[in-house]
Amino acid sequence: MNKLEQAFSSGKAFIPFITAGDPSLEITEQLVLKMAEAGADLIELGIPFSDPVAEGPVIQEADYRALSGGVTTDKIFDMVERVRKSCNVPIAFMTYANPIFSYGTEKFLRKCSDTGIDAVIVPDIPFEEKEELAPFCKEYDVKLISMIAPTSKERVRMIVEEAEGFVYCVSSMGVTGVRDEIGNDAKEMIKQVKAVKDIPCAIGFGISNPEQAAEMARFSDGVIVGSAIVKIIAQYGVECIPHVEAYVREMKSAIK
Amino acid sequence: MSKGRFGVHGGQYIPELLMNAVIELEEAYNHFKDDPQFTAELNDLLKNYAGRPSLLYYAEKMTKDLKGAKVYLKREDLNHTGSHKINNVLGQVLLAKRMGKTRVIAETGAGQHGVATATAAALMGMECEIFMGKEDTERQALNVFRMELLGAKVHAVTSGTQTLKDAVNETMREWSKRVHDTHYVLGSVMGPHPFPTIVRDFQSIISREIKKQIIEKEGKLPDVVMACVGGGSNAIGAFYDFIGDSSVQLIGCEAAGHGVDTDKHAATMTKGTLGIFHGMKSYFCQDEYGQIAPVYSISAGLDYPGVGPEHANLRDTGRAQYVAITDDEAVGAFEYLSRTEGIIPAIESSHAVAYAMKLAPTMSKDQVIVVCLSGRGDKDVAAIARYRGVQIYE
Repeated sequence: MNKLEQAFSSGKAFIPFITAGDPSLEITEQLVLKMAEAGADLIELGIPFSDPVAEGPVIQEADYRALSGGVTTDKIFDMVERVRKSCNVPIAFMTYANPIFSYGTEKFLRKCSDTGIDAVIVPDIPFEEKEELAPFCKEYDVKLISMIAPTSKERVRMIVEEAEGFVYCVSSMGVTGVRDEIGNDAKEMIKQVKAVKDIPCAIGFGISNPEQAAEMARFSDGVIVGSAIVKIIAQYGVECIPHVEAYVREMKSAIK
Repeated sequence: MSKGRFGVHGGQYIPELLMNAVIELEEAYNHFKDDPQFTAELNDLLKNYAGRPSLLYYAEKMTKDLKGAKVYLKREDLNHTGSHKINNVLGQVLLAKRMGKTRVIAETGAGQHGVATATAAALMGMECEIFMGKEDTERQALNVFRMELLGAKVHAVTSGTQTLKDAVNETMREWSKRVHDTHYVLGSVMGPHPFPTIVRDFQSIISREIKKQIIEKEGKLPDVVMACVGGGSNAIGAFYDFIGDSSVQLIGCEAAGHGVDTDKHAATMTKGTLGIFHGMKSYFCQDEYGQIAPVYSISAGLDYPGVGPEHANLRDTGRAQYVAITDDEAVGAFEYLSRTEGIIPAIESSHAVAYAMKLAPTMSKDQVIVVCLSGRGDKDVAAIARYRGVQIYE
């Protein structure tokens, strides 16, 4: 069993997202450790990008905070290396095509493999452009996570047939961010995925409270929460760790 | 390799959420571009609404003053709404209407594309929202009011550097919220396929007209065609029909701001590196970690950290050359053309005029330069006055 399968092997997976370097890499390092302790099954670590077009204001601001604090891709790799000395939680990088491409795609994925990154999620690499990353992901055994959205419709089959690790289901239209209501699109999407093959499906975009998480977990294999956590980090800054830890515990127990 | 490539450049680097929208757009475009009714309607709008063909004007005084090649100006500034942007916008809004969309959104830098989009939306009865960097809403305040006058809603974008790239980010975000009834009228030959191709096709009327007009006037092809380049839509429009004519030198003029060796420029071709952003692989001003650099130009329309993928390929193949023009040179050209020919050019177009002023004297009197005068400069008068220390506000 690889580490991504492990993330979905003990019930519904809770997948928190944080932006690396927000408010500092030291805090990010501790957050990863504490979120793992609190029950996170897979941690999505954002490599900040200057122009994150799939993000709403909350994560955009986290990216700006991290970048203005001087975070770089190399410093993030160093931080992951430190985390890996004591923690085995599956970790996926979430970033955009350009930070990977500019770093050197092969070098980036080799370093992912060396430091123990299990997967990459790259919202601006759709199925049509996956050759940009897929050969290197394969070579270095880092899973390239496929995303599907409410607009994917007849594209779902083609995407899922080649998907690995898990499928990231975008719950609803728009960018990341807390939503009051999440429509019924996700349920339908997951049905479509499962008809193609048996692969875990995690739902992201818009989920913020235990009730929503529990509802989404009823028909999915995992729940991804980003903006709600990033908001806590923005609110408490360097004091955020216990608050995030408590939140992760609450969300994990809500989806059990 | 994916669709919409120009050499290694181009492609469709966008979220899955938008993929079906661009596929739908490509299918609709392929269907309508050769549809006789569609082309007849578009041609009618271009002629009777936009005022095409635009004039090819022999700048005789400028030519005499520069003592070199004959300089012609392709007067896109005389189009309705005052720039070349209307060519693309009429095509796209008409296409959006045929696709059953009821709402159009667009980014704008200087405001020219926003004004053109708002105009076409008013004409064709579409709802219209424009995204413009907050900094640009301040330096182009008159255009904001102009768009509102035309019935558009203008959003001042406060994220990032608050300029054109952020306006594009925000328009993409808005599009991903509402694709079913909304078409994104992208304003330049950039973004994911099929936009660079669609916009180029709609703008290529510029070079088709130039070719016909210059042969009528000079009996031969021009030696040089030049245009300013931000994303590159007026330049590709001016170049396109000449790409196969190897005797015609094609020159794009990008914004050097305070100088390409300072950190205040938008000279993507001179200083940029290969990257992936705004849906395309192309050249971008960025740091070693792929963070997009804040760029600068006096011209809001050229203040963009990337360039269209077809231009990137024209540079790679050597078919076109790209030069960088500073703020000072552009402002000098703005004033020069105003005084010499009685034509106030847009500060964007002034970058091309500035290079013509450098190049023409080095050429012989029987040679011909065509400068694409992409827009008129009324919108820039207050900014140029401030540049010269006169405190005028619109």
